[in-house]
Amino acid sequence: MRHTISVLVENKFGVLARISGLFSARGFNISSLAVGETEDPTVSRMTIVVEGDEKTLEQIKKQLNKLIDVIKVVDYKEGAFLDRELILMKVSVTPKNRKEVLEAIESVGARIENAGSKSLSVEATGDQMKIKTLLELLRPFGILEVVRTGRIAMDTSDRGLKAEGKPEVNE
Amino acid sequence: MKMTGAQILIECLKCENVEVMFGYPGGVVLPIFDKLYDAPIKFILTRHEQGAAHAADGYARVTGKVGVCLATSGPGATNLVTGLATAYMDSIPIVAITGQVKSFLIGNDAFQEADITGITRPITKHNYLVEDVKDLARIVKEAFHIAATGRPGPVLIDLPVDIQQQETEFSYPEKVEIRGYNPTYEGHPGQIKRAAKAISESKKPILYVGGGAITSGASEEVRELAIKNGIPVTMTLLGLGAFPATHELCLGMLGMHGTAYANHAIMDSDLILAIGARFDDRVTGKIDAFAPHAKIIHIDIDPASVSKTVDVDIPIVGDAKHVLQVLIKSVKKPDTTAWLAQIGEWKKTYPLKYKDDEKLRPQYVVEQICDVTKGEAIICTEVGQNQMWTAQWFKFIKPRTMISSGGLGTMGYGFPAAIGAALGSPGVPVFDIAGDGSIQMNIQELATAVANKLPVKIAILNNCYLGMVRQWQELFYNKRYSYTCLEGTQPDFVKLAEAYGAVGMRITRKEDVRSAIEKALAIDNTVIMDFMVEKEENVFPMVPAGEAINRMIGGMA
Repeated sequence: MRHTISVLVENKFGVLARISGLFSARGFNISSLAVGETEDPTVSRMTIVVEGDEKTLEQIKKQLNKLIDVIKVVDYKEGAFLDRELILMKVSVTPKNRKEVLEAIESVGARIENAGSKSLSVEATGDQMKIKTLLELLRPFGILEVVRTGRIAMDTSDRGLKAEGKPEVNE
Repeated sequence: MKMTGAQILIECLKCENVEVMFGYPGGVVLPIFDKLYDAPIKFILTRHEQGAAHAADGYARVTGKVGVCLATSGPGATNLVTGLATAYMDSIPIVAITGQVKSFLIGNDAFQEADITGITRPITKHNYLVEDVKDLARIVKEAFHIAATGRPGPVLIDLPVDIQQQETEFSYPEKVEIRGYNPTYEGHPGQIKRAAKAISESKKPILYVGGGAITSGASEEVRELAIKNGIPVTMTLLGLGAFPATHELCLGMLGMHGTAYANHAIMDSDLILAIGARFDDRVTGKIDAFAPHAKIIHIDIDPASVSKTVDVDIPIVGDAKHVLQVLIKSVKKPDTTAWLAQIGEWKKTYPLKYKDDEKLRPQYVVEQICDVTKGEAIICTEVGQNQMWTAQWFKFIKPRTMISSGGLGTMGYGFPAAIGAALGSPGVPVFDIAGDGSIQMNIQELATAVANKLPVKIAILNNCYLGMVRQWQELFYNKRYSYTCLEGTQPDFVKLAEAYGAVGMRITRKEDVRSAIEKALAIDNTVIMDFMVEKEENVFPMVPAGEAINRMIGGMA
């Protein structure tokens, strides 16, 4: 099972290494990891997509929380959040299939950023379904290159996710 | 007042009431050593940085205070690594200070440079590289706070030499504010109520007590809960001393080399109350077969320890002492008469035993040390058979008297830890029960012990083997003793002791054991007692790796 978790961390050097080191040391698999500064410049936000069952996820969250530089860990359950990924890709075209490729790209709302005679550079932003569909549609034409940012996610409630500090654990 | 970084460091240590620290000098810590020269802190020069880390650890375990060690950059820092990993696994509070090359040289492969914050990231609770002298006081304050609170552990501060020399205003912060760190001390009242109900309704309850109970100072509460309610107690290696071994409710240690009755009791129990213990694989054996009928209550200050290996029915995140104080009030005494009778039967049928003949057996040596000192001693161990025999045969009656590397299982830990322990508890006899293999891993610390007039008594259970590995080879590898025999290549430990200015004794007969121990205790110096014990004695009972813990070999199943 795939889980999307958001981690608010101190915006300091070495923190990314602590997080990635924790995953490798404990044998947890990271599918993607995206990181950037938040509205508060002292705080960075990581969105981590991980594979694992409920017990593994529970252990991941607990271990993340143990790190001193981790301020908050949020686990996004299916449906209750927005998730986006940016993908850049190069797909090969021939004079013969050019029209067909263009239609496929348009059908999922992706954009052509550069059109060459032998390839098209495509940009798309979207949730996992959209990215997956785009890749499946274009694969038959020959994908030359793919670059992905990894998923970022946010819930849609009226409250922002704030770094007010780690709450006490009371199970 | 303006001070240099080195001076600030010393002032901070004074503010933290550091009385003793352990370490070794080197190029990039010269500014710190210059300030130490006339500082009111007792500095113990070990003969290897690993010794300094273990000594700080032993000091911390005995006193309950934070142990402090200091080393130079590069090899000095990497030599601390085993000591930090040992402390991390056993949740021991240490602040380790390392020198680092000049800030602007970091990353240049400078002389004696090592990325020690990178290296120690997975074996410290937290670590710091100081980038600005203005941060130093805050960092030291935080380091001591993090090391000592919550689930304790080692914290490392890497301090570049140029920052040691830079000047700034010094003021020691009064408070620590770390938004990402807020350990939970009070257990959830609802959970405690549920736990109390479960205990009151149980018929075959057992307390499973680990090192966390000792860290939190909960021995009194453990005793009260057990004795008031007639609940038997078993302990992990690091839990020994939390409940007196001399009490009839005590089942001793459980697990791979635990007593048969402790293992049968936990497997047959209907309720386990785990207190500051983490269901380590050496305790549970085959995890799917562990305590199949038991409801499990787990008190632990570290949420990540709860339901990590064994699924827990009633988790209580909090400090053992705090939680037990509340819990005790609401437990109604369960009827454990039949249960205690059953345990009594197991005790009678499967007692801990060894062959009581004319031979000099290692278990006898441990028993005699216990008998001569009446259990009023601090016992450090190395790792292997010596450690397990100590756990089985020394009757620990007080917390913080059993000092051993449990989680990491570090050979060479015991002797330097004994040095730290001796400094932390003057007047109390301190032993290192060692093997002839382990003792050689930090033998250089004889110089430290003698130089500081520390009357540590080293009892080598000398079987001319790396005994525990030999035992596994005997039982599981057709007696193919691959590289475990030290016969004929041993140093003369008596002469070795004398070469360092310590006292050496060799004991070859059973009837001389007691008098040797008494004689050693009367000597106000470091003593090596080289006990030439039965060579192929095994530690029994034993649960083979991966078996259920009631499947013991050694005639106990």
